[in-house]
Amino acid sequence: MNNAADGDGFVVFDRVQKSYDGETLVVKDLNLSIGKGEFLTMLGPSGSGKTTCLMMLAGFEMATNGEILLDGKNINMVPPHKRGIGMVFQNYALFPHMTVGENLAFPLEVRGMGKDERETKIKRALDMVQMGDFINRRPAQLSGGQQQRIALARALVFDPELVLMDEPLGALDKQLREHMQFEIKHLHESLGITVVYVTHDQGEALTMSDRVAVFNDGRIQQLAAPDELYERPQNSFVAQFIGENNKLPGTVETLTGDTCTVRLETGEIIDATAVNIREAGQETLVSIRPERVEFKPEMMPAGAHTIGAEVLEVIYMGDILRTRMRVAGSDEFVMKSRNTLDQVRLKPGERLKIGWHPQDARALDPM
Amino acid sequence: MSDTTMASPELTTADGVPLKKALVRSEARAKRRAFLLVAPLFLFVLITFVVPIGQMLFQSVYNDSFSATAPALDKWFSEHPQGAPIDESAYAALASDLKTMKENRTQGQAGTRINYDVAGTRSLFTSTARKIDRLEPPWKEAILGVNEGWNDPNLWRAMRSATHPYTIDFYLAALDMTRDKNDNIVGVNPDRAIYGKLFWRTAVLSFIITVLCMILAFPIAHLLASLPLAKSNLLMIFVLLPFWTSLLVRTTSWMVLLQQQGVLNDLLVWLGIVNNDGRLEMMYNKTGTIIAMTHILLPFMVLPLYSVMRTIPPSYVRAARSLGATSWTAFRRIYLPQTLPGIGAGALLVFILSVGYYITPALVGGADGQLISNMIAFHMQKSLNWSLAAALASLLLAGVLILYWLYDRLVGIDNMKLG
Ligand SMILES: Nc1ncnc2c1ncn2[C@@H]1O[C@H](COP(=O)(O)OP(=O)(O)OP(=O)(O)O)[C@@H](O)[C@H]1O
Ligand SMILES: [Mg+2]
Repeated sequence: MNNAADGDGFVVFDRVQKSYDGETLVVKDLNLSIGKGEFLTMLGPSGSGKTTCLMMLAGFEMATNGEILLDGKNINMVPPHKRGIGMVFQNYALFPHMTVGENLAFPLEVRGMGKDERETKIKRALDMVQMGDFINRRPAQLSGGQQQRIALARALVFDPELVLMDEPLGALDKQLREHMQFEIKHLHESLGITVVYVTHDQGEALTMSDRVAVFNDGRIQQLAAPDELYERPQNSFVAQFIGENNKLPGTVETLTGDTCTVRLETGEIIDATAVNIREAGQETLVSIRPERVEFKPEMMPAGAHTIGAEVLEVIYMGDILRTRMRVAGSDEFVMKSRNTLDQVRLKPGERLKIGWHPQDARALDPM
Repeated sequence: MSDTTMASPELTTADGVPLKKALVRSEARAKRRAFLLVAPLFLFVLITFVVPIGQMLFQSVYNDSFSATAPALDKWFSEHPQGAPIDESAYAALASDLKTMKENRTQGQAGTRINYDVAGTRSLFTSTARKIDRLEPPWKEAILGVNEGWNDPNLWRAMRSATHPYTIDFYLAALDMTRDKNDNIVGVNPDRAIYGKLFWRTAVLSFIITVLCMILAFPIAHLLASLPLAKSNLLMIFVLLPFWTSLLVRTTSWMVLLQQQGVLNDLLVWLGIVNNDGRLEMMYNKTGTIIAMTHILLPFMVLPLYSVMRTIPPSYVRAARSLGATSWTAFRRIYLPQTLPGIGAGALLVFILSVGYYITPALVGGADGQLISNMIAFHMQKSLNWSLAAALASLLLAGVLILYWLYDRLVGIDNMKLG
């Protein structure tokens, strides 16, 4: 797996910018290198420019500035039909006037492939998504999940090396979506194709990808493997966007190497890992995952700072207990604890000391 | 095939009423209500549409303006078969009928009816009826003395057939056919055959107009459909502008533009493209009809096309392109087939409208740009042969219905999108 923009990836975005109206940049300075066979997900809120990036890669939008390389060649001027990139659209875009078989035959026909070869390929692609019996149906006669599979088969039938998917599972219900996530991942592994996947579902991004690029405001905020992204967010946007997070604003008191102490607005001092802290005295936002908060003294590392908390509400969620409490003046502090036999059940109104491992509290730039 | 229906032959509701009966009962009320809701519309359609068309169809096969005014001749014809000599008794019947006609002032009406078949006979009736009171038997001599024209066997044949109020003769006439001496159906003299030519010209011109509309409307509709809504709404106003200006004003402005001394010819002469003696004839002929009608009917093609194209998401063409199709292939194999319902609806609409169009060809068509509707109008207003007009109109209606049926067979009427 390559790191960003080192120039020898399979797909490379090099200082790419995009503006639709000449006034605002929708994509600002995108540098991204995707390795061959990688599953890369672009994750970000609505309007952050994910689809725009995909469209530039597919050739439907021109990059306003910068270069896009595919397999080492600049493709800025290559028209979409010569790029040989498979694409799955959010609404599937199956041709309604053609049967499933004709839909799959289309990319092969335009490549001038003979009938016999076409039929073997179509059959293989349909079997791959377990839809072999549906070859004579029209798209309108298929369920959403089935259409999804056909769209996938159509994008794969002509053996592209790169497949783009723009929120392909957005229209499916949760159960089907999880099932399809598994199937897409499986296909990716067995075919060895490179996949660029767009979603705004973080769960999807974390479970499927080799690396995730978190987009916001036309920039990649962080590009990392899922575990890295979840456990070591580089800035407060990523910390908030991926998973649930407690935020404690404050000022950096001391800074020693990787660790620092932060004085919260209410005067308490906590320990944290310095992520993008330059100097003491700087404003910061400390983020702590709810499941890393501890309240039993024996679970806390020796010498860790603790902080007072008042339980406001305990929500029973089956596998976990979700405790909302008031910490450092904020009512939104959440602690998650596993629902085990010996778990201490807290009551609203109870006052206690909570703490955490300094590694789990990350001092980030304030937003 | 659910297994519940297989298992029990008769399903019942909880109170033991058969399910079918209960369903009918519960739906009856809703049906009554629905019927009451549509009843006014139904009546309106009946009165304004079904009745007039029925009336028209009836008129094309029924005309009693002679049979009702000539009872004595009717009697004589029924007693004497075709080919019997026209003797004194026949002339006596004629005299008696002319007398009644004079009393009831119906000689003009009867004359007009015979005039359809034998030209120039209307005056025969009116002039003879004027003098009938002064005539004495023997009737044959007396009547022939007033006008030799009564001696024409064609006239008597025409009167004989006019005594039957139900007749297909008007359809024969509308199809350029007539009956010979022996009552056989034959084609009319080729230089008097006009309707067939007119029907054919109407079809050809309508076809040309439809194709032109299609060619012009497709890019316009595509542009409208791919622009953002605010801009396309503005452009739509220009498309609809022809709808909002008076038909006569628009047609007149075409005249100003296209006539031989008109703007376009002046411009061409000024530019030196044509010289002053060779000014183009673009008005008062087929060209004029085609240009003006294409303009007038264009919105009927643009609107259904637009409404279909709006619903085609751009992702289809994009998908085709990403699958390796050139933009032309993507257009031809993916976009075009999806616009077919719109093309079909627009073409049908424009063709049917132009087949029945009347005012524009009348104004700008000149002699060879006239369509069948102009002939219908002529028979309604000038020659007053309503039955022939009705027969022509019925043939037109039949043609349009056949077209509709063909469209339904080929494309399927439920695929049609009118907007
Ligand atoms: N064709 C276009 N013309 C003008 N602006 C556009 C166009 N397409 C997208 N934009 C703008 O560019 C920005 C990014 O859009 P983009 O579609 O890339 O977002 P996205 O990340 O895919 O969002 P979503 O998750 O909602 O799909 C948005 O602000 C959008 O309004
Ligand atoms: Mg998008």
